[in-house]
Amino acid sequence: MSKTILVFAESRDGVLRRVALEALGAARRLAGKDGAVHAVLACSGGAAEEAAALLARGADVVHIADDPSLRAFAPEAYIAALGAAMAAVRPDALLLGHTSMGRELAPRVAAAFRAGHIADVTAIEASDDGGDVGFIRPLYAGKAFERRSFLPGHPWVITVRPNNLPAAEPEDAAERTGTVTALPFTVPPLYTAVRSLVRRTGGQLDLAEADVVVSGGRGVRSAAGFEPLQALASALGGAVGASRGACDAGYCDYALQIGQTGKVVTPQLYIACGISGAIQHLAGMSQSRVIVAINKDADAPIFGVADYGIVGDLFEVVPLLTSELQRVRS
Amino acid sequence: MLKIVVLLKQTFDTEEKIIVTPEGVDDRDAKFVINPYDEYALEEAIRQRELLGGQVIVVTCGPERSQEALRTALAIGADEAIRLDGSSLPDDSYSIASALAAVIEPLKPDLVLAGLFAVDSGSGSAALQVAERLGLPHASAVVKAAILSAAELDALPAAGTPLQAAGQRAERYALVERDVEGDTETVSIPLPALITAQQGLNEPRYPSLPGIMKAKRKPFRTVKASELFGGAGSAPLDSAAPRTVRTQLLPPPPRAAGKRIAGGPAEQAAALVELLRTEAKLL
Repeated sequence: MSKTILVFAESRDGVLRRVALEALGAARRLAGKDGAVHAVLACSGGAAEEAAALLARGADVVHIADDPSLRAFAPEAYIAALGAAMAAVRPDALLLGHTSMGRELAPRVAAAFRAGHIADVTAIEASDDGGDVGFIRPLYAGKAFERRSFLPGHPWVITVRPNNLPAAEPEDAAERTGTVTALPFTVPPLYTAVRSLVRRTGGQLDLAEADVVVSGGRGVRSAAGFEPLQALASALGGAVGASRGACDAGYCDYALQIGQTGKVVTPQLYIACGISGAIQHLAGMSQSRVIVAINKDADAPIFGVADYGIVGDLFEVVPLLTSELQRVRS
Repeated sequence: MLKIVVLLKQTFDTEEKIIVTPEGVDDRDAKFVINPYDEYALEEAIRQRELLGGQVIVVTCGPERSQEALRTALAIGADEAIRLDGSSLPDDSYSIASALAAVIEPLKPDLVLAGLFAVDSGSGSAALQVAERLGLPHASAVVKAAILSAAELDALPAAGTPLQAAGQRAERYALVERDVEGDTETVSIPLPALITAQQGLNEPRYPSLPGIMKAKRKPFRTVKASELFGGAGSAPLDSAAPRTVRTQLLPPPPRAAGKRIAGGPAEQAAALVELLRTEAKLL
């Protein structure tokens, strides 16, 4: 059974986010061979490159909502654009990334269109005949999982967790045909006044989307103690995270916290430095593909989930790791 | 004076091990707490009431045991509690949000506060669905909040040109800082509005002994879902019908036992890089 799927193709600073391509890949799969995949781009001042990238990767129609009200994030402007796309396309399902933006838009659009919402999806089980589709998602921050399905009769709204589903790859250009169309929508009187946006992450990679996360706990002992971790993360093209212990101690910002409260990450490689591995922290990272633990305490619970464990002083091991990586690369 | 509704959920203590059985998650000996994010929401509600006067009403949707979370909230400082009996509601955010919206609407709150998400189901969906149903603007993942009059907001020094000016005017506003994936965004929204609390918003207080004593005399009522949708002239049942259903509960996939890397720091570093390249096929 073929379906019509709409993807909210989120971009950040005019660049398509990888999770948008992951949602697009999932949409292509859910649509089936004869189904249609529509994507909606919200921008202020053109998005031709992003539209082309979406067409090349499997979108059949790209709707561009282009309006000054979409420059900063006033949720009601984005909801109006997304609502116009929903009304125009009448999709069976809307897919968004489970990002800061997607997490705000999905519930409101679901409620407005009398649709169900399955959030934070990490895997999709779809049979080829298009029958029952199961969405796998974590509970208790990954201490359990559930398989959830939609009941018939209403559209679906799905948010997919970054870094878990395969991204749509560019297809053979000769076989791709698609259209780009302007999406007219009425901007409502706005409630939200966006007064400022401070980039505290310095434009750094978002933790949830990073392929590599180097994380520090109480063992880093100070704010300066994070410097060798930052160097290792830079060498690996990754991001720096932290345990609650390190945040509580004031070594770093709560924005970096990984755990049951804080962020849940599933990178390809997670390197835990000086983190003992409290159950709340494990909940935030135990689904990472490969886990490395570096800790002085040989009995630390973090070693229980680590694929590779090093009992040692992080201030000795981490810089050596960084230089070894640089040596191997050159 | 502010009328503030706090949405809260009783969840497993984050220290608890989760045991998956064929009947569901084993909760026989589990310790339950107020969802940590909802504690920030409750604390903020109490602080705003202390500053501006008014009333804090805590609302939960849950089974009988969730009364305990409401009693704790009353002991911490809420004025009134309402439990929406969740036993008759399907486990689906659409149904729960429709019932919660029906409970909250007649209260006509100036401000609704909720946690960013609950640490058990982790969807972060119901509160924002409530906002949509009640036609309230929202600000999500808030780490700092102040309630200002229109005159106070206008008197604030502008930090350059606003990124987005608003067209809607009101008597009062919430001026908030939001966590946006680590960045900080400052926005104002007119009241009435819904705000979700992110970690760092405040330091939640504990219940005091006099607070616990006083809580026993505070208004507490239970609402059945059938009372919301059953009677004549109430919302049609379809508006609360579930949209999704859990078909399976699964334990997390097991992890293979790890390797300890022996030797001095230099040898360990070299061995790890080698294993990551050859065995884990990374780098």
